[in-house]
Amino acid sequence: MIDAMRDALFGYGDTGIVVWTVLKILAIAVPVIIAVAMFVYWERKVIGWMHVRMGPNQIGPFGLLQAFADVFKLLFKEVILPANSNKVLYYLAPMIALVPAFAAWSVIPFDVGMVLANVNVGLLLLLAMTSLGVYGIILAGWASNSRYAMLGAMRAAAQTVSYEIAMGFALVSVMIMTGSLNLTDIVLAQQGSKGFLDWYWLPLLPMFVIYFISGVAETNRAPFDVAEGESEIVAGFHVEYSGSAFAIFFLAEYANMILIAFLASVLFMGGWLSPLQGWISADVPWIDWLWKGGWQWTFIKAFVFSFFYLWFRASFPRYRYDQIMRLGWKVFIPITIVWVVVAACMKYYGIVTIGA
Amino acid sequence: MTFELVCFYFFGAVAAIAALAVISVKNPVVAALNLVLTFFSMACVWLLAQAEFLAVALVLVYVGAVMVLFLFVVMMLDVDFAPVREGFVRFLPVGIVVAVVMLAEMLMMIGVRTLQVPVSADPAALAGMSNMGWLGRTLFRDFLLPFEVAALILTVGLIAAIPLTLRKRTGIKTQNPGRQVMVRREDRIRLVKMDAVKKGEATP
Repeated sequence: MIDAMRDALFGYGDTGIVVWTVLKILAIAVPVIIAVAMFVYWERKVIGWMHVRMGPNQIGPFGLLQAFADVFKLLFKEVILPANSNKVLYYLAPMIALVPAFAAWSVIPFDVGMVLANVNVGLLLLLAMTSLGVYGIILAGWASNSRYAMLGAMRAAAQTVSYEIAMGFALVSVMIMTGSLNLTDIVLAQQGSKGFLDWYWLPLLPMFVIYFISGVAETNRAPFDVAEGESEIVAGFHVEYSGSAFAIFFLAEYANMILIAFLASVLFMGGWLSPLQGWISADVPWIDWLWKGGWQWTFIKAFVFSFFYLWFRASFPRYRYDQIMRLGWKVFIPITIVWVVVAACMKYYGIVTIGA
Repeated sequence: MTFELVCFYFFGAVAAIAALAVISVKNPVVAALNLVLTFFSMACVWLLAQAEFLAVALVLVYVGAVMVLFLFVVMMLDVDFAPVREGFVRFLPVGIVVAVVMLAEMLMMIGVRTLQVPVSADPAALAGMSNMGWLGRTLFRDFLLPFEVAALILTVGLIAAIPLTLRKRTGIKTQNPGRQVMVRREDRIRLVKMDAVKKGEATP
């Protein structure tokens, strides 16, 4: 049916291609937005359980509609413009935060060929997009003309720029192993007959850990959420934002979190590949994705990683700012530099087999 | 007019307007943001020319890192730029002369180049590889030594910049997070075992 629709649209020439692309973008963006809403509900529920509370349970069955109630509350609230703030930049900042958070989703492969843009420089594009997100935060902090917002923006900028280096090195090691920047190629290179032992998390274990921790720091989430540390600087860069402008920051932050979870599963955990790959080769309808691999695995893995975010938040106290900087510059970067060399040697001497 | 040509003119126009705004707007933060927009539009133009590695590297390095630090500094310094801008009109003729000379030089360079070497086909396409793969192969196989020398020079520059700006202040107290993280219980508390002492009894 989908193929027939595509062919029908392509029949209209350039206009059809544009419409088809927009449809594909919507097919990713709308689920991401809904996933963010449900993730907020899930976060409150999980943290509630970890605190031995109920979590949201009043609106809808099991409190499921709480997320939508929150969204509508935020959308109907008034957006207040602080006095002496830079009006254009104040309204521009949430949008600048949102665009890279969604643009990065374009290169995420969910299954073979199930990707919006199968570009050759996918990994670099991701790095570029995640590094653009910090502009929204800096501008929000500066444009709202508030000391607290400014302090939060400064912290966020320094933190993001610092952890990007460790993150970049982790991606470089994946790149060395695969010999390609294309995300589909990276997943396919993790195919093999040894099940989940063929994935990159094993040869690149330190990189995998560093990548995920850097991802948490890059999205300014607990325990690295000094950018909005409530006890110190009220709410950080978005202290002056209200209503839908605040909701957009919220959306961007959560979209980035889920993106990092998807990336961790694609880069180090074999994406759509099954952890049982190569061990079972039976043909059973409906459930053979369990060992043959399929888009379901990408989502299961991403779900587990996004759960880690909530687990961290409920478990760890907030880092002190100088300790965050030390961890990034003096611990992670030296380890990643050493492991890039190790990865190159593993590749050169053929210790790790690439592909099926 | 093809779609690519429309895109090229659009991004080119945005880049030119943003570049003009960089030197003409009053607010330094807005000027820095316009510089970001210039870089971004130029990256889009390069993407159209199928130089995807250069384009993404431009966004990654200049927009993602350099300009963030730049904005950081501009916001923190809070310099009053009015006195700096006073000479704008007075020095405008000199600036125009410099700009015209630079334009002429650039045109001559490009003109001479195109006369000498006819535009050859894309070597990456000839080799049947992606732009990225061809670049990597060329840099790390044919030009490995110059590449490493360049990396070394950059590292030396980086290290040289640190001693130049490093100043040791005396009389200040700083924390050592390394020692704080490595701290053990014995460093903070000393448990002493002693016998209970009754009231009125002489302590030994």
